[in-house]
Amino acid sequence: MDSLLNISSALFLLIGSFLCISGGVGILRFPDFYTRMHAAGVTDTLATAMILIGLMLQNPDGLVILKLMMILLMTLIISPTASHALASAAVHNNLMPELDKKEDNEKVTSSNP
Amino acid sequence: MLIAATIAILVVMIMAIIRAIMGPTFYDRILAVNMFGTKTVLLISLLGFVMGRPEFLDIAIVYALINFISVIGVLHYSDSSVFKRGSQQKK
Repeated sequence: MDSLLNISSALFLLIGSFLCISGGVGILRFPDFYTRMHAAGVTDTLATAMILIGLMLQNPDGLVILKLMMILLMTLIISPTASHALASAAVHNNLMPELDKKEDNEKVTSSNP
Repeated sequence: MLIAATIAILVVMIMAIIRAIMGPTFYDRILAVNMFGTKTVLLISLLGFVMGRPEFLDIAIVYALINFISVIGVLHYSDSSVFKRGSQQKK
């Protein structure tokens, strides 16, 4: 039973670390603000949940699991709220996505032969 | 595995700092700083487990709340006209 808990905890931590690293590569490599926000959103919710669940399986103390649940709940509520506020502020201040501009240019050039 | 996860999170924090330094717009920097803050929460709780002191989780809870307040505060400031004038003068 104990080794099962250890193996599942290691698996959760491994998946969380992989998601974190992929989100970090995404925030460096993606071309646009909104796509970068997608990469950051992956690390904010799923990777955090995976790593915290892996830590919950790591020790059987009740109070520690309660604190980890509190951190998980707060992260799951707070980080989408911050992402929403950030995206709405960016749209409000006329920050356009990069791909939209290209499509608009194509439309403009195709409609004006 | 705990130490491997800690190292992975440190690498991601370095990536977020690089994006925050070279970010082309203001919002990229805010996004990178927000990501850095959530990764700091994870790093504090992982370090507590690595060092065998789970009391670090209290600090992680407080850090999550401070991070949220700071991001919302800076975004509120970004709506003001003073900020828009400053960003136009930079260009």
